[in-house]
Amino acid sequence: MRTRYSEDQQAVSEAFGDLFAREATPEVVRAAEGRGGFDRGLWHKLAAAGAPGMAVPAADGGGASLVDLAVVVYEWGRRIAPVPLVEHAVTARLLCTGAGRGVPRELRDAVVSGDLMATLALRPVSTGGSARLVPAGAVADVVTGLRDGALVLDRSEPPGEARPNTADLPLADRDLSGAAVIATGEAARDAWNAALTEWKALMAVAYTGLASEVLAMGVAYVKQRHQFGVPVGSFQAVQHGLADAATRAEGARLLAFRAVSELDAGHPGGGRLASMALLFGAESARFASDRVLQYHGGYGYSAEYDVQLYYRRAAAWLLQLGEPAAEVARLAEHDLGPKGRAA
Amino acid sequence: MDFTLPAQAEAFRAEVRQFLAEHLTADMIAATRDGTIHSPALHRAIAERGWLSGAVPAELGGGGMDPVELCVMLEELQLHQASADALGVAVVTVSVILEHGNEFLQSAAVPRLLAGEALGCFGYSEPESGSDVAAARTRAERDGGDWIINGSKMWTTLAHVADYVLLLTRTDPDVPKHRGLTFFVVPLDSPGIEIQPVETMGTDRSNATFYDDVRLGDEWRLGEVNGGWDVMKTALKYERGIAGGQFPSPPVIEAAVDWARRSRDDGTRPIDDDDVRSRLVQAMIDVEVSRSFAYHTAALASQGVMFGVEGSMTKLFASESYKRHCSWFLDMMGTDGLLTHDDPDAHMDGRIEEHFRHAPVTAIYGGTSEINRNLVAEGWLGLPRSR
Ligand SMILES: Cc1cc2nc3c(=O)[nH]c(=O)nc-3n(C[C@H](O)[C@H](O)[C@H](O)COP(=O)(O)OP(=O)(O)OC[C@H]3O[C@@H](n4cnc5c(N)ncnc54)[C@H](O)[C@@H]3O)c2cc1C
Repeated sequence: MRTRYSEDQQAVSEAFGDLFAREATPEVVRAAEGRGGFDRGLWHKLAAAGAPGMAVPAADGGGASLVDLAVVVYEWGRRIAPVPLVEHAVTARLLCTGAGRGVPRELRDAVVSGDLMATLALRPVSTGGSARLVPAGAVADVVTGLRDGALVLDRSEPPGEARPNTADLPLADRDLSGAAVIATGEAARDAWNAALTEWKALMAVAYTGLASEVLAMGVAYVKQRHQFGVPVGSFQAVQHGLADAATRAEGARLLAFRAVSELDAGHPGGGRLASMALLFGAESARFASDRVLQYHGGYGYSAEYDVQLYYRRAAAWLLQLGEPAAEVARLAEHDLGPKGRAA
Repeated sequence: MDFTLPAQAEAFRAEVRQFLAEHLTADMIAATRDGTIHSPALHRAIAERGWLSGAVPAELGGGGMDPVELCVMLEELQLHQASADALGVAVVTVSVILEHGNEFLQSAAVPRLLAGEALGCFGYSEPESGSDVAAARTRAERDGGDWIINGSKMWTTLAHVADYVLLLTRTDPDVPKHRGLTFFVVPLDSPGIEIQPVETMGTDRSNATFYDDVRLGDEWRLGEVNGGWDVMKTALKYERGIAGGQFPSPPVIEAAVDWARRSRDDGTRPIDDDDVRSRLVQAMIDVEVSRSFAYHTAALASQGVMFGVEGSMTKLFASESYKRHCSWFLDMMGTDGLLTHDDPDAHMDGRIEEHFRHAPVTAIYGGTSEINRNLVAEGWLGLPRSR
């Protein structure tokens, strides 16, 4: 049992921490907001560093564990970097394992290398075939999904433009009616569920990166902003709000990495923890960005300060999945059994 | 990173469960309702099993149980509602004596404490000082080779069943408060000590203890004269390791689920209500967060990493969420939630009601939530000291 990074993971964390700090600056994030929430230059750099396919099996060109990938995702979350790392990495794993392997070799290789950008339509698609508001749908070359119980893959020109949205995420509708069937039946569902679960666990990790960075921003601000002749960070009301946020963020971080670690180990409880970690991670990131915005005073509400970038994403990332209440209901069903019929 | 508990720890969990199945009786759980929050028979059985000495760090000559296994034991005790307060207090008392005590103290008190025959208790808080524990005013003055102690302590929990109190005294009132403190191990049968009960809203009973010209030989002094703050820091360090209290909610959730599955008069069941389901899920998530914290700090300790602020976070989160859970599930039960264990209709011995009354204290004793937030703000976030 080891709840801290290994030396290798520490090195990965530092390398990608540096890369994102250098290449995904707030200026880059802001610039991408007008351009579908995506920065192609950054994507190429990530691909050159081997991130998009790092967690596929070694034989397919990866070899890193899900936890290793999570270490990178944490740094991605800290910088709210405008590239669809989680969707892509999860889809790459989907296409390299189990039923998902039923895709042409060259397509798989192109996804692993990051030459093709891939995503998954998080909500099942029905017969009409149109997947609404797909994460990274604006920019992904490959979209996977579950259409009427079948695992399908669509390779087509991305629209490039995102549907205007709160956090300028690259959300777009994608037509999956003509998507090729990769697998059907239980195998398809298992593969899909595994991918979706990984998305939840990794987004939970990303959320805790977001929370830690917004807290660092808040701490720096309240130390230098003076009112009444003292730093506002010396006021206990401010300190306690930040302390609560930090406590939740740290609890969320531990739960998220625990979920990823359990998934890596193939333990059956991993899926439950992934859902829990996502819900709790989202809530604690929202709480942290709310506190930090508040303790910036009026500047927190201004476009100029970066906290607003975090505040909007803290709400938006989870909503890509649908209603949070639906996720709660799924957990309830898992832990408490199905809801009975009203008498 | 690997968050999976080692197989050895899971095997130990099975052992603890087996032990509790054999030793923990309903009477023992109920007996703690007399306010003593202590079951002598269980305490002795745990000691005999070697788990009390086991919990004392190896570098002090104890059993050096792996902190992760210790955490497993504390989790199981709490899940089974077995009162473990005296266990933690005994382990801290022994550890502090082994680290700071002279040979006399080590031979007089330690073996009996380890055997579970004697109990310790903490005499830190006073009527006028709690969070500001270093402001203690209970006086210890030299009289030849002896010490004379005068003053009063508040919240000396377990004193009425204990044999020794770890007493924090003022030996020099003329220096900054942290530098004029001295600790003693005081036998509670010493002449001049009076113990009065302090009843609480919950089922715990505590005590006010009074010291009137209590005479002690210098051999009962623990640590240096005016070096009491070092001893206090040691005590708090060991308390973090064994404090327990990180798993208060599961028994409440268990009762809440049981209640929720029962049919109301109109045939509906709370468990089918979305808001009830959502709160149960929320509570279960909080429990997993608390477990993550608890095993993280245990794993750090197991690797010899001294943690500090993580302990504050763990306690802050566990106690504040536990309070929320108790309120939610009390509400869920409606009027029936009000029945106490004395009522024949009380659900599961009035468990939720009892926890509801108990919960507030967990955010007060052992460092209040506000003090823990201060520690997080200063130690984790690097904000300026606010006091
Ligand atoms: C049931 C029970 C059992 C106990 N058992 C023991 C025991 O065995 N031995 C023992 O020595 N003590 C024991 N205690 C005492 C316990 O440790 C104290 O109650 C606790 O430390 C708080 O001190 P206080 O009650 O004097 O409150 P105070 O310190 O007076 O605090 C009052 C309020 O002010 C807040 N406050 C204080 N200082 C600050 C600050 N710097 N910043 C922000 N807010 C602040 C507190 O958080 C609290 O909300 C027990 C208490 C209870 C209730």
